[in-house]
Amino acid sequence: MTEYKPIKKVVSGNYAAAYGALHARVQVVAAYPITPQTSIIEKIAEFIANGETDIQYVPVESEHSAMAACIGASATGARVFTATAAQGLALMHEMLHWASGSRLPIVMVNANRALAPPWSVWDEQTDSLSQRDTGWMQFYAENNQEVYDGVLMAFKIAEDKRVSLPAMIVESAFILSHTYDIVEMIPQELVDEFLPPRDPLYTLTDFDNPISVGALATPNDYYEFRYKEAMAMERAKKVIKEVGREFGERFGRDYSQMIETYRTEDAEIVFMGMGSLMGTVKEAVDVLRKEGYKVGAVKVRWFRPFPKEELYQLAKEVPAIAVVDRNFSFGQEGILFNESKGVLFNTDARPLMKDYIVGLGGRDFTVNDVRTIARDMKKTLEKGKVKEEVVWYHLKR
Amino acid sequence: MEIPESVKKRLTLPAEEHFYAGHTACQGCGASLGLRYVLKAYGKKTIVAIPACCSTIIAGAWPYNTLDANLFHTAFATTGAVISGIEAALKALGYKVKGEDGVMVVGWAGDGGTADIGLQALSGFLERGHDAVYIMYDNEAYMNTGIQRSGSTPYGAWTTNTPGGKRHFLEKRHKKKVIDIVIAHEIPYAATASDAYPEDFLRKLRKAQKIPGPSFIQLFAPCPTGWRSPTDKSIEIARLAVQTAYFPLFEYENGKYRINMPSPKKEPKPIEEFLKLQGRFKYMTKEDVETLQQWVNHEWEKLKKLAEVFG
Repeated sequence: MTEYKPIKKVVSGNYAAAYGALHARVQVVAAYPITPQTSIIEKIAEFIANGETDIQYVPVESEHSAMAACIGASATGARVFTATAAQGLALMHEMLHWASGSRLPIVMVNANRALAPPWSVWDEQTDSLSQRDTGWMQFYAENNQEVYDGVLMAFKIAEDKRVSLPAMIVESAFILSHTYDIVEMIPQELVDEFLPPRDPLYTLTDFDNPISVGALATPNDYYEFRYKEAMAMERAKKVIKEVGREFGERFGRDYSQMIETYRTEDAEIVFMGMGSLMGTVKEAVDVLRKEGYKVGAVKVRWFRPFPKEELYQLAKEVPAIAVVDRNFSFGQEGILFNESKGVLFNTDARPLMKDYIVGLGGRDFTVNDVRTIARDMKKTLEKGKVKEEVVWYHLKR
Repeated sequence: MEIPESVKKRLTLPAEEHFYAGHTACQGCGASLGLRYVLKAYGKKTIVAIPACCSTIIAGAWPYNTLDANLFHTAFATTGAVISGIEAALKALGYKVKGEDGVMVVGWAGDGGTADIGLQALSGFLERGHDAVYIMYDNEAYMNTGIQRSGSTPYGAWTTNTPGGKRHFLEKRHKKKVIDIVIAHEIPYAATASDAYPEDFLRKLRKAQKIPGPSFIQLFAPCPTGWRSPTDKSIEIARLAVQTAYFPLFEYENGKYRINMPSPKKEPKPIEEFLKLQGRFKYMTKEDVETLQQWVNHEWEKLKKLAEVFG
């Protein structure tokens, strides 16, 4: 193994994603511009224009076609990447199912952006979380480094034959997509050692043994197709941990856990959330600790597959969990809150749980907000019961 | 079945078959016949993408495949996009695409999947110049869903959502000229073809293979089930569609139009000849027939002019 010396670059989250795709030796990119993702595909086009790569770049006429072209390319046997956000992701919805149903390891970066109407270009997770049931793995990046690392790991996990499912790397609009930060990049030859060329489950290029992909399945067969996909997603948990560990051993940043815990050891209250807002939360945890609060943070890295076992272990030990959801499911509650409560039902873990709906449409979410939530949660803990389960935290009253 | 050499010599179409017997098309199906010709022309080194359409079913339910070629089933709206992706990947993987010995990428879609829901993806495919062939098999309605009108359904046709009735609720719009929309993209090669003229179709398929860039063929493919026509009359109906100039055969190659009518000197037959064999037109009044005839005349004159000016 060659000695690892990182190449430090100051880049936006979008450029981190583009470099991730470049270093993963992506072969086909089919994409459509949409704020705040656009500079990812612009950067890739620039790589091609500068002769740094000979990626086949398909500038499609919509996101629906972007994902369709990615599907065609991936089924043919190429390593395929794309990026989108919000409306674009929603337009892709049909094809997201098609990608996972065809068991294609496409990697896509989604820049979380609030859905219209009203129009918004700012951060919110409802776009990607609305794609929960499409059979895509979802990784929520906290910072630009995780965007870059996430893209590289996602290919390795997605292409693993035990998995063979597509993966979505999710970054926050502007907070990550357009904010510059130091990213440690990996020299190409070391990426190549970590991520060898794709060895597909099937291709459309064996002309002596032709296959048919996606043919009609009668009720007698369809059920088993879905079961196999479900099992692949289950196996993905193991593969995620393996690849995350290997990544840590090679490059020093460990991703062997599907969740990341921060100062939770003796915590009475744990803040749980996903994506860039967890940077703010960790900062707040430090401040609150100094103020005498016994608090910690849990970042859910992988939302699909869902880290059920990890959350159970955590919930067994923590008296109170405040979920910060930058998303909402109408008629119910925050999506992470809903999911994490759900996994505890048939267990003996019964922490007090409250859901704080924060930062929708890019509303600023600060350290002080976490402090306010901590005080509210402390009261809940003292009372020993949850009165108001879902709190629209920022509401102008 | 082995074909004797003496017979083989006289064949005007390739003897080799890459479309298996035992498929699930209706009797007299023009689509399955067309797909058989496509595979005769291109052979095994072909990747076919099929969106939601009759051919989804014809190609066979899992684990069957009627095609002796790689087949990717795709979503309704996506034929143009999927073949774009397949072509891009083949190039990325170092394959020669199109041309004599290249891999053939074929989009095989119905009229609904082309004229309506797939039009945007088709346009993108054409405009970006991918090396692939898009074939629209035109049976003039959503036949697989049960005969609903599409943009390609002709004036006066009965379908299940233009059912006739007391208020004479028939299709009141003329057939969408998909081929004209395609030609507006100024692609290298576009043509119409018919199940009734397989040699002409094969010739066009081969031309489409040879000419780099996107090619488009609109194949007239009768549907006895949806057209309420006798199953042994499909070829006759397809022939009459050409002979009445309702569906004229022509090519557009590098900006030039060429009409390929089987009997170029003959005047087109009256449209009634085409209509009378099909139950779907039985609700048409005399005025309706006249309206359709006017449209056919107008389009035919337009095409002749185009061939004259840009021939």
